[in-house]
Amino acid sequence: MVPLNWYILLGTVVFTIGVTGFLMRRNVIIMLISIELMLNGVNINLVSLSHYLQDLRGQILTFFVISVAAAEAAIGLAIIIALFRNKATAHVDEVQEMKG
Amino acid sequence: MTKIYLLIPFLPLAAFVINILFGRTLIRDKAHWVSCLTIIGSFVVSVITLIDVINGKIINEDLYTWIVSEKFIVSVGFLIDQLTAVMLIVVTGVGSLIFIYSAGYMHGDKGYYRYFAYLSLFVFFMLMLVMGNNFLVLYLGWEGVGLCSYFLIGFWFEKKSASDAGKKAFITCRFGDFGFALGVILIFLTFGTLHYVPVFDEVKGVAGQTINILGWEVDLITLIALLLFAGAVGKSAQIPLHVWLPDAMEGPTPVSALIHAATMVTAGVFMVARCNPIFNLSEVAMLTVAVIGAVTSLFAATIAIFQNDIKRIIAYSTISHLGMMFAACGVGAYAAGIFHLYTHGFFKALLFLAAGSVIHAVHHNDIQRMGGLRKYQPITYITMLIAALSAGGVPGLAGFFSKDEIIWSLFASGSPAGKLVWILITAVAFFTPFYSFRMIFLTFHGKFRGTHHEEHHLHESPPVMTIPLMLLAAGALGAGWVGIPTILGGGAHIAHFLEPVLGHPELHGTHAQEFGIMGLSTTIALSGIVIAAILYLIKTYLPLRLAQSFSGIYRIVFNKYYVDELYHWTIVRPALWIADGFIERFTDAKIIEGIVNGVPRSIGRFAGILRKVQTGITQHYAIIMAAGIVFIIALVLW
Repeated sequence: MVPLNWYILLGTVVFTIGVTGFLMRRNVIIMLISIELMLNGVNINLVSLSHYLQDLRGQILTFFVISVAAAEAAIGLAIIIALFRNKATAHVDEVQEMKG
Repeated sequence: MTKIYLLIPFLPLAAFVINILFGRTLIRDKAHWVSCLTIIGSFVVSVITLIDVINGKIINEDLYTWIVSEKFIVSVGFLIDQLTAVMLIVVTGVGSLIFIYSAGYMHGDKGYYRYFAYLSLFVFFMLMLVMGNNFLVLYLGWEGVGLCSYFLIGFWFEKKSASDAGKKAFITCRFGDFGFALGVILIFLTFGTLHYVPVFDEVKGVAGQTINILGWEVDLITLIALLLFAGAVGKSAQIPLHVWLPDAMEGPTPVSALIHAATMVTAGVFMVARCNPIFNLSEVAMLTVAVIGAVTSLFAATIAIFQNDIKRIIAYSTISHLGMMFAACGVGAYAAGIFHLYTHGFFKALLFLAAGSVIHAVHHNDIQRMGGLRKYQPITYITMLIAALSAGGVPGLAGFFSKDEIIWSLFASGSPAGKLVWILITAVAFFTPFYSFRMIFLTFHGKFRGTHHEEHHLHESPPVMTIPLMLLAAGALGAGWVGIPTILGGGAHIAHFLEPVLGHPELHGTHAQEFGIMGLSTTIALSGIVIAAILYLIKTYLPLRLAQSFSGIYRIVFNKYYVDELYHWTIVRPALWIADGFIERFTDAKIIEGIVNGVPRSIGRFAGILRKVQTGITQHYAIIMAAGIVFIIALVLW
């Protein structure tokens, strides 16, 4: 039986990798993947704690997160394609339209 | 039919609206039809109104509530009594003739429609001024005529001197009007109303009350009267605010005739006469009115002697005559003052229009370069001669009766200043015919002193100008016959007619004295003509020699006692200096512009710092967001 701590640790590591990837990488697709990693890190926590507490609400919430993540990925990819068509790049630091 | 009198002011107003809206595009050189027909209409209604008033029908009614603000209630209302009726005849009667004359004088001017529009607007305001039944309508008319005067003096605004003269007139009058406005406010504070009738009814109850101003106890009635008189001093060009009137001659000549002789400048006299219940109660104010009037009268008369600009001579003559009217009012002889206002309207308008006819022929104003015009302009000559005789007070003409009435009232009144004022005005009675005839002799007699080219163009003016001259000449001859004094077998009708409004002055004197005074002033007047004839007809070398031997006096008077220079150095220069050095350099440049430019500049500077946050790099936003979340979590967990 794997103890709860390991699961929480795994979730935290995955979330941290996601945050780091989002902040460090400049490729938009990688940033989108990083967001997925963050969401999945949260999902691991939710599922493991749901099992530990014998409460199904956490697992139900996870289904919502997964469906939201799917929608987000679809929209995100669409935005990236539009960006690439206009700017011929997938690197965020080359797109600075919002610079004040 | 009862409100038919409303046509009197509103016909000219309609003419103004029509001319100003359609003048440039549709009416153009037919603008005089609109204005002339409407003012003649006003004149006809004025005559009907006069007949009504003679039959004892006094109108005093409010038409429309203008302002309601708690206790401050003012309405637009009209009061038509004997005084107003006389003024209506002067304004619309003389006005009609001047309008017709203008059609000839201004023919071909590029601002033709504008000229007639302003002229009509002026008449509207003047009529409101005389017809109002409260002080605010009076004030409306008062400021309105001032505005139109500004428009018309500066009518040829491309000329620097004309636009300067317009400004000078407007600004000088503003000094007086400030006092006038304070007077009106004080009347409201004292009586709680601005309508003439209740104010004049209650004024006796206020007599003797004092008001505390900066620690001084000032008699309330005196203060009100003097403040009102300040307005009259400005508008009627009395000392010390007389300086604008001579300069106002930059306007077209018919404007000078209408505004600066017959009507607007007499508004001050009208107002003093209208407010006679207030003035009667204050001896100080009466003395001030009489003395300022008399001093101005003599002062202006002496300046007129040495002027060479034909219109300026008449302008100073106007100031002099206005002073005479004030002198009469100042001793309580309001009816004599209004009588003179009425006859003066005719002969002074005639003098101006005749001068305009001369200027129309020679194209300049300098009488030293005229002469001998009698041959070329017989009608102008005869009419101007009648005007000068009338102005000079030659027996039988209009000016004689009114001037004699004034001089006799001054002599016989019990006023403390009466005798002094009488002496001053008797001296004026010498100067008036003197300068009038100097002008006539230099203009119409002798040889023409201009160039051959100019001589070639001399001609009589067209009938549209000479017919008004002749009609006015009839007025200058006969307008005074309504006021022939009883000792000459007349009925002194005008004095009796005006008595219900203006009261009757207490005159102490015998018939013998009255004849004596009349004889004296007539002799003086005739001697003025004779001396003028000697100096300017027979021994024409004498004036120059006299000027040389009395060069000091000559120079002072010729330069108008240096009043303009005095004002230039004491008022105009410091005002400009303050405007330039303080208002413009400090208040405007530093304070106003400092605020106006400083606020956006500091906002810009602050924004410049803030905008650096917006790098446009997505990761920066993300880091800030992450840091924010960490911060909030830290805050919650603390």
